Amino acid sequence: MAVVQTRGLTKLFKKGDVGAVVQVDLESREGEFLVLLGPSGSGKTTLLRMIAGLEEPTSGEILIGGRVVNDLTPRERRIAMVFQSYALYPHLSVFGNITFPLKAQGMRKPDREKKAEWAAGLLGIGHLLARKPRELSGGERQRVALARAIVREPALFLLDEPLSNLDAKLRASARTELEQFQRRIGTTTIYVTHDQVEAMAMGDRIVVMNRGSVRQIGTPAEVYDDPADSFVATFLGSPPMNLIESGNVTVGFRPEHFLPAAEAREKGSAIPVRFHVTNVEYLGAERILYGEAQSGLFDGQNVISRIAAHGGAALEKGTVQEFAVAERDLKFFDRESGTRTARVGIG
Amino acid sequence: MIRLGTRARARSGKLVHGAVLLAFSVLLGFPFYWMVITSFKRGPDLYNLKNNPFIFNQMPTLEHLRLLFEETLFLRWLGNTLFAGILVVAITLVLAVPAAYALTRLTGRWGGRIGIAIFLTYLVPPTLLFIPLSRIVALLGLQDTLWSVIVVYPSFTIPFSIWLLMGFFKSIPRELEDAAMVDGLTRFQAFLKLVVPISVSGILTVVIFSFTLVTQEFVYALTFISSAAHQTVGVGVPIYLVRGDVYYWGSLMAACLIASLPIGFGYNLFLDRFIAGFTFGSVK
Amino acid sequence: MSLGRQRWLGPAMFLPAVLYVVALVGVPFVLAFLYSVGDVKVGSVGYHFVGLANFKSVLQNPTFLRALRNSFVFTISSQILVLVGANILALALKSAFPGRRFVRFLILLPWVAPVSIGAIGWKWILDSLYSVINWVLIRAHLVNEFSPPMWLGEPALAMMSVILVHTWHMLPFATVIILAGWTAIPKDIPEAASVDGARFFRRLFQIELPMMLPIINVAVLFGVIFTFTDMTVVYILTRGGPYDTTQVLPSLAFFAGILGSDLAEGAAISLFLVPVLAIAAWLMLRTAHRAEVT
Repeated sequence: MAVVQTRGLTKLFKKGDVGAVVQVDLESREGEFLVLLGPSGSGKTTLLRMIAGLEEPTSGEILIGGRVVNDLTPRERRIAMVFQSYALYPHLSVFGNITFPLKAQGMRKPDREKKAEWAAGLLGIGHLLARKPRELSGGERQRVALARAIVREPALFLLDEPLSNLDAKLRASARTELEQFQRRIGTTTIYVTHDQVEAMAMGDRIVVMNRGSVRQIGTPAEVYDDPADSFVATFLGSPPMNLIESGNVTVGFRPEHFLPAAEAREKGSAIPVRFHVTNVEYLGAERILYGEAQSGLFDGQNVISRIAAHGGAALEKGTVQEFAVAERDLKFFDRESGTRTARVGIG
Repeated sequence: MIRLGTRARARSGKLVHGAVLLAFSVLLGFPFYWMVITSFKRGPDLYNLKNNPFIFNQMPTLEHLRLLFEETLFLRWLGNTLFAGILVVAITLVLAVPAAYALTRLTGRWGGRIGIAIFLTYLVPPTLLFIPLSRIVALLGLQDTLWSVIVVYPSFTIPFSIWLLMGFFKSIPRELEDAAMVDGLTRFQAFLKLVVPISVSGILTVVIFSFTLVTQEFVYALTFISSAAHQTVGVGVPIYLVRGDVYYWGSLMAACLIASLPIGFGYNLFLDRFIAGFTFGSVK
Repeated sequence: MSLGRQRWLGPAMFLPAVLYVVALVGVPFVLAFLYSVGDVKVGSVGYHFVGLANFKSVLQNPTFLRALRNSFVFTISSQILVLVGANILALALKSAFPGRRFVRFLILLPWVAPVSIGAIGWKWILDSLYSVINWVLIRAHLVNEFSPPMWLGEPALAMMSVILVHTWHMLPFATVIILAGWTAIPKDIPEAASVDGARFFRRLFQIELPMMLPIINVAVLFGVIFTFTDMTVVYILTRGGPYDTTQVLPSLAFFAGILGSDLAEGAAISLFLVPVLAIAAWLMLRTAHRAEVT
């Protein structure tokens, strides 16, 4: 049974459509880590808040555990939420923060203490119970927020960009911790982020959103290798997919599929492209080559290539190279709507 | 217990909300409404216990206003207060603006301490100082003149204004003046030509609030000024609009209205800025 | 940071203000102490030290003891009413609603209007003969037409009236400060509490009010200082009557020192304000310091 479901969920704001949500149909599976991914203003946070009960939908239904919950307060939905700022209660100790939801439930003191210790143990913050939030580091605060969330053993976990307040170094390790944590407790989780790397790394499935509507729902592999439209294709992957207009289609290919001709041909027939390299970024494990195509269909277009560092020593700025894209790696999109269309013969 | 759906809950919440607002508006605003009614009610109507006091049982009249303006010193008091207010505000600005700037920018650690000390002087009440001050005023030969209050009032408008202005100046980034000084201005020039123009809203707030402090003051004016002609509005109205034991209630209430509403408008306009200055330090 | 060359600029800019304030606050403050231990009267020349004689005579005066008690009773009663009222009103004003600006203007009037003006307005409302409150009470058959309550004429009622006017005057100020405290609470904390299962009153008393404690403290302390040291309300409403039953320290100091021309006695009475002021100021500094650390 789906844990969370939305049907035709819509939220319109009076002040325009930034953050609005339009006709979203969604179904999350038991125990899955579902990521809502999109740029700012795409409506992902609004969607999350509606599921939480913090925002009232304009129309549509939200179901949790099979029940329509539109009229239920957040308290009644048995969910837990971790906010971007963690929203820890500054005047309470870590222990006070963690036990607050249990107090609100009416749990008795000895039971509260036991639960708090369990949650704190799970997150490794048992030694911090007496501290106040202002005395904690960013990573520690996140763990307190998580402990407070799981202590009620909710049916659903909602997380709103919890890693974005951490500095870059911390973010990677916090990310892994979060993944492992979710796998351990197995609660269905909905996670909002604008960072596609996070989404790809953490999500079992990704809901890609733009301007309030869902563009595609799929596993990381599906949304990456099989994008439903040009928005999804360019939003995922860094550097973004090369898009070239030709006739009434847009042709797309990823930088990592834009390779020296010999390599590209290993996959089968390939479209040759003469590549004038104008800039090279050496990133250690790989190189990003920026330049201009100088032949045939793609003539004059800016293209990007991404290759492993050890290949092709002579790929330097200013040179012109014979590159190619395997035909298998081409994706085609309708030029006007951006939707993915069938393969078209070109070249 | 009946489970109210979210919509019914919202509706009853709105009702309570409205009731609370109404109750407080009535409690806090009623005296002013009463001033309005009293100012325009005819004497016989006003002093007739059998009449409903909330409505006009006879035609409203301007007689009380006429009496107020033509047969009392009310206009004189308004003039005195305006005159005193303008001068006090001027003195306050000249002294407090540079002081606040200096304490914010130029004296590092000490600046904060002196700032707190200045703020504490605002807490020293007139009802403690008025007795010695009455002596000092007499010594300066200023007793029973408007000048007594003009000289004394800055003693509380200055600390208050410094405290307000420090809040404003703290929010102006230092880099602005640093850039100006790199460009060749002296610090004082940077202050005059850069900081002051930027802080116009803060300075205006100080002007309004200092002026209202002047109009609200009672103790010093009552103590230092003994003749009716030299009084301010805050003291003249409650003390002198009376013959023997009998107050001229109609004219008195009219005077109260005129003395309160204009200040109310000005204050309301600048309140948000005042709050910003007030809470800059107390709440993060 | 001062620049090496212009070290004198800072002091030059703030010294005039500091000197002005020292002259008109610091000097009289010291003088108040000197008068209280001297025998200064209006028009007297010279000064004689009399030690604690003034304080002794003042403390033996039953009127003074009554005034001392009244100062505390009025201040504490009105501040409790203000605290509760301001919190409720701030809650009501927190969310936007049509007409909010007008309501805010109306609600501010008691604070903005000179307190003497407000007091005389109330004096009319509480008048012994023409009180509109009595008119309503009589019509509602709650009081006898021939012996209505003398709001300013009977000691107990007069005290209540003074407390009422103080509360009325201070409520807007406290409301504004507390409202600022409300808006400073980050939006997601009450939301988190909501998700955690806290309904309205639990959120209010366990999360929101405790977070606002520093600013509520400041509002209360200001209120205490302003009310405790105020003589205007009492002077205008009752002149301290009936028979000195509503005197407070500042008004008594005024009657003794200015109207009675005994500056020494007046100074001695007014000095009893200092301990309360000092404690309030110390508490305020501590709260402000703690609030800044958070």
